[in-house]
Amino acid sequence: MSLLSLKGVESFYGASQALFGVDLSVEDGEVVALMGRNGMGKTTTISSILGMVKPRGGSINFAGKEIVGQQPHRIAQQGIGLVPEGRRCFPNLTVEENLLVAARGSDWTLARVTELFPRLGERLGQYANTLSGGEQQMLAIGRALMTNPRLLILDEATEGLAPVIRQDIWAALRKLKAAGQSILVVDKTLSELLPVADRCFVLEKGVTVFEGKPDALTAELQDRYLGV
Amino acid sequence: MTAALIIEQLLNGLQLGVMLFLIAAGLTLIFGVMGFINLAHGSLYMIGAFACAAIAAATGSFWIGLAASLVAAAAAGALMEVAIVRRLYERDHLDQVLATFALILILSEGTRWLFGSFPLYLDIPPLLQGAVPLPGGGQYQLYRLAIIGVGILVAIGLYLLISRTRLGMRIRAGETDREMIAALGVDIRTLYTVVFALGAALAGLAGAMVGALQSVQVGMGEPALILAFVVIVIGGIGSIKGALVGAILVGVVDTMGRFLLPKLVALALPASQATMVGAALASMLIYVVMALILAFRPRGLFAGQG
Repeated sequence: MSLLSLKGVESFYGASQALFGVDLSVEDGEVVALMGRNGMGKTTTISSILGMVKPRGGSINFAGKEIVGQQPHRIAQQGIGLVPEGRRCFPNLTVEENLLVAARGSDWTLARVTELFPRLGERLGQYANTLSGGEQQMLAIGRALMTNPRLLILDEATEGLAPVIRQDIWAALRKLKAAGQSILVVDKTLSELLPVADRCFVLEKGVTVFEGKPDALTAELQDRYLGV
Repeated sequence: MTAALIIEQLLNGLQLGVMLFLIAAGLTLIFGVMGFINLAHGSLYMIGAFACAAIAAATGSFWIGLAASLVAAAAAGALMEVAIVRRLYERDHLDQVLATFALILILSEGTRWLFGSFPLYLDIPPLLQGAVPLPGGGQYQLYRLAIIGVGILVAIGLYLLISRTRLGMRIRAGETDREMIAALGVDIRTLYTVVFALGAALAGLAGAMVGALQSVQVGMGEPALILAFVVIVIGGIGSIKGALVGAILVGVVDTMGRFLLPKLVALALPASQATMVGAALASMLIYVVMALILAFRPRGLFAGQG
């Protein structure tokens, strides 16, 4: 059984429908890329998984349990770690406090996170709002890892970052993948995303229109679904 | 005017400030974390005072009464949060103010129904009766000094709670991004109930301690609430440090104003008018101070510093 599976998920923002039938699945230990142009429903899909937007149709199953309708904190507690769009570190907490504030489980510790991101280790006592964008991104990933999630979800984790920093982030994600971490990742830079991904899903207008291996996503398909 | 008299008045101001801090700390915490305006916070102060007076009268022990005031106010606060306030977080401030104003009326009438209209009296516990000598001659009531001591301990305790514990981290995180802290698996509803009960317990503690200095009666909470609002506006809404500084400032300025202004006015006006004019000016003084502070720091002294 899949770790995460969405079937025919429909979600609304107020009166306007954003998702019209999203299908998606993530197996244990797999890195899955969720793609699509801006406004096609990627972030809404993630919000729906975490219960921040309540789906009105379809089902979302995580680790064998239906999670539609549950409170966001209950869903997260079952093993989903979110790295949200825009990072959303707590600016008035130090780096160390950001990492500890929601920490659960024992596998990921402060020491392991700072080993993965040495820059965070050097800045443990600094307030999060004094960090650079790249460091905040590392902090957001570290904060999610500290909840020891079975599934890590990253929404636009490299957006707006300098190329060198992006490489650091991708290198960290490759390390996580090698360690068997299941990851669902949304990113726009296909050249960096596709080599890491085991499978891809493409959304168009709130519907899943492609599912398959990265190499099945031909240049033609990329142009049709993802080209600007 | 002797040095001892001035020291005595300063200590009185400090003691008033400490009481205001205990009330304002909960108010500012609840506003900072939940964005909720709780007009009924003064009723929790009253509940603390009545619980202490009633239990102390029944058991003969001030200390059991004090413990009862903490329990009663925290329980009333938690009940208020779960039954009513929780439904109002998403509503606008006008709805919150209307609902909590209704709570004031309900709690005041409920208390009157239980205890009657006559004030209750609470004796200072034997351990804290008596006075201590002040430098420069004069004496000061030991009980008032004890209140100042308790206020300092609570301030230190709150500082440690907010800055050093996991609960404190979650409270600060909740102030900036509630949705995110929930998405990380923290049960924000329970956190809110805990914060509300904690704020209520502090107000109850203030009510119990002040009960031995003043009479315990229905309606005692609202004047204190207004001063507490002045305190948190001066200090910066949401800031515990601001509540402490604001409370001490308001307590000392108010007390010293009432003591010194009539004397100052007497230098310019005949004595018969001086007392009246001085008293009138003194009662305006904290609002003048608030206006001045807001003119230079529109969001208060410590806005946005947790």
